[in-house]
Amino acid sequence: MAFTLNINGTPREVDVDGDIPLLWVLRDVLGMTGTKFGCGQALCGACTVHIDGQPVRSCQTSVDSIGDGAVTTIEAIGRTPQGAALRMAWLDLEVVQCGYCQSGQIMSAAALLKDTPKPSDADIDSAMSGNVCRCGTYQRIRAAIKRAAGV
Amino acid sequence: MDRLILTNRIEDETAMSRRTFLQGTGLLLGFALTGARTEPVFAAPASQVVENEVTGTFAPNGFIRINPTGAVTLVIPMIEMGQGVYTSLSMLLAEELEVKLDQIQVQHAPPNHALYVNSIIGIQNTGGSASVRAFWTPLRQAGAVGRNLLIAAAAKRWNVDPATCRASDGVVFDASGSKHLSYGELATAAAKLPVPSAANVRLKDPKDFTLIGTRAKRVDSSIKVDGRALYGIDTRLPGMKIATVAISPVLGGKAKTVNENAALAVKGVRQVVNIDEAVAVIADHMGAAKKGLEAAAITWDDGPNGKVNNADIVKQLEEESKTPGVVARNEGDAGKALAEAAQRVDAIYQVPFLAHAAMEPMNCTVHLQKDRCDIWVGTQAPTITQSRVVELTGLPKDAIKIHNHLIGGGFGRRLEADGTVLAVKIAKHVDAPVKVIWSREEDIQHDMYRPYYLNRLSAGLDAAGKPVAWTHRIAGSSVMARYYPPYVKDGLDPDAVEAAAEPPYALPNIHVDFVRVEAPGVRTSWWRGVGPTHNVFVVESFMDELAHAAKQDPLAYRKGLLGHNPRALAVLSLAAEKAGWGSPLPARHGRGISVQFAYGSYTSQVAEVEVAADGSVKVKRIVCAIDCGMYVNPDTIEAQVQGGTLFGLTAALHGSITFKDGRVEQSNFDSYLPMRIDQVPVVETHLIKNAEAPGGVGEAPTAIVSAAVTNAIFAATGKRVRSLPIDTNSLKSSP
Repeated sequence: MAFTLNINGTPREVDVDGDIPLLWVLRDVLGMTGTKFGCGQALCGACTVHIDGQPVRSCQTSVDSIGDGAVTTIEAIGRTPQGAALRMAWLDLEVVQCGYCQSGQIMSAAALLKDTPKPSDADIDSAMSGNVCRCGTYQRIRAAIKRAAGV
Repeated sequence: MDRLILTNRIEDETAMSRRTFLQGTGLLLGFALTGARTEPVFAAPASQVVENEVTGTFAPNGFIRINPTGAVTLVIPMIEMGQGVYTSLSMLLAEELEVKLDQIQVQHAPPNHALYVNSIIGIQNTGGSASVRAFWTPLRQAGAVGRNLLIAAAAKRWNVDPATCRASDGVVFDASGSKHLSYGELATAAAKLPVPSAANVRLKDPKDFTLIGTRAKRVDSSIKVDGRALYGIDTRLPGMKIATVAISPVLGGKAKTVNENAALAVKGVRQVVNIDEAVAVIADHMGAAKKGLEAAAITWDDGPNGKVNNADIVKQLEEESKTPGVVARNEGDAGKALAEAAQRVDAIYQVPFLAHAAMEPMNCTVHLQKDRCDIWVGTQAPTITQSRVVELTGLPKDAIKIHNHLIGGGFGRRLEADGTVLAVKIAKHVDAPVKVIWSREEDIQHDMYRPYYLNRLSAGLDAAGKPVAWTHRIAGSSVMARYYPPYVKDGLDPDAVEAAAEPPYALPNIHVDFVRVEAPGVRTSWWRGVGPTHNVFVVESFMDELAHAAKQDPLAYRKGLLGHNPRALAVLSLAAEKAGWGSPLPARHGRGISVQFAYGSYTSQVAEVEVAADGSVKVKRIVCAIDCGMYVNPDTIEAQVQGGTLFGLTAALHGSITFKDGRVEQSNFDSYLPMRIDQVPVVETHLIKNAEAPGGVGEAPTAIVSAAVTNAIFAATGKRVRSLPIDTNSLKSSP
């Protein structure tokens, strides 16, 4: 079945079953590999993208549920003020290690800062605890979010 | 746009495949980690694959490539999986080559034992916290050789004495500084000069280092914050199919029934491949492959291991550990000293099977053709992987091309070639490049696990509480005996007893032995921290028990046994001081300390915990002191201490793989729990600076943290944790 998805501001046509998760449409059909596969069960947050500014786990978001929602991925989040500030903070504080989860971490953090420009530690815990990092970069993730937010 | 970029990438790779590089290095393929072209944000990140021009390339050794455009490439022998090795090894080269760090781009080395062996491990493997230790000298020598040749080429052109010239930031200057030539301009001429022996070049005095020892920025960060970084799982090739697998849930079982028609009826599914041990569904995309695999409704014949259960595995260890094993260390007369001791302490310690659960699930892309086999994978062991593919395909070694990639978390998992082996077996039935991706469930349930170990310990104390006898028997799997048999001499696996055979303490009568016990139906392997990860928990917990039996403070007790070992004493004292050891804490709070010598480094940690009335444990703070000798990048060390600590702490709190009816009972992050941002303590790093030989860092905090935490739990509750993961039920406060 054909769907037209609005991805990073551009319409993209894909022909897949409606129950196929957005994650695989992004990665395998459209070749946008910045969004990562981690668990397939919305347990790790590696596949986080935004739909109309809200963070969603793309591994559990079927393509037929998106409609004309605006999908934003890691490749384009730097165009938003939150995304740009977070990337800069991530680089300043050397957050990344293996880097595999960081697309999802930044997407979750960007959604947090959009709604909560000056987050508390509790806000960070609540927004970011769905994102797993096995390298253990959490301490620097927290610091980088605060730096990007100027708190 | 995507298609265009993808096509360019393939053309690059195909062009490269027709060429060979100098000095037998074979195909070089990798990522430019700096200076990558900026792509529109929509585009698939496919522009990082670069190649050197062969013509005029200055390649004085296996590591350096400089072409006439001035591009400086480090052919990097070790793989990046987060530990920062692309940065640290680039810094080692740049220091002597006299280029700026951001002038270097990195290419993954092909499998080549002669050029790229890790001298600490003896294989071209990334592991054992050995990369900086192994390449500390070779990469600086390589850089110095390169710099000398480039200076010589400039001096020849200017007709001056090379000794009057100097190099800086990739440019050679004459004595006056008025003449200068860039490395690019000199590359062709330098390539024609005879290459001096690396052993004869003079290296900088460490006091003159300008880059080594600084907090230089990671070279791989920028591509990891905008989705451009390419891991093995991101491989894309024209005509490529995507497969996902169901592996027999019981080791040694095979598929009994497969509903192929149902799988093939799913839109996008192209093929079902049944290789008995596993079934793969080949599709246009992973969504279809997963759906097809589910539709296939596979049933399994369990085979001989269908009755394997955890309780039986533990019982086997209990039984077999009653008889003596291969002696790893025997000094004095521990038996006699134990019999004559004023006080005796005995304990059994156990640690569980552990999965790696790296964020990037297992995957491998294979294109098997009549006369060659291309493998796209992130591997810690390229030469081993290549050898396994030779065995499987019958193709000559040179026809097996390993295109190595950034790894989304290794932790030892990618030291094994099993994922590649499975992908090649599947690819034999697929007439196209095929990317095989494991689901998270397959990844956890078909891991190669950190072994379960059971330890029997006894100690004898004299009247003053000093340990006059120490015996330690370790029973469990020998990873080394399977992985690298030549390292097992007379039945002794040096990894299984590492940090147990040589505790840092003065122990006059010590006897340590190893009983190899292989559980049926379980594959075991390396896990972050290797031998010390289980042994340090045991040794440091038992030492804490002895301090308690001797009615002494755990810090003071250890200090009393470390008088001969100033570096161990120094890290122990530093960690204790920074943690405020001895200052009062509320009820059910406690501090614990541990110290280790492993990977060539001395490490000590103090953990501060709070144990709630319901037994739940909150680790509030970890203070780590580390002496890893001369170091390359203190910021990376701090990151590794934070991350390595959490990796070990996660296992101590949650990690356990168990078997029932031959099957692994855990499957995803809801049953094999990772720590999350709202649960982690602050980790502080205190680095000792000295001129000792470099030591390893990445695994040190992983190995040491468990004992610090369980010793803190003892201080908080009086309850000794002798098996991991920590059983919070046993820590409830008495009513």
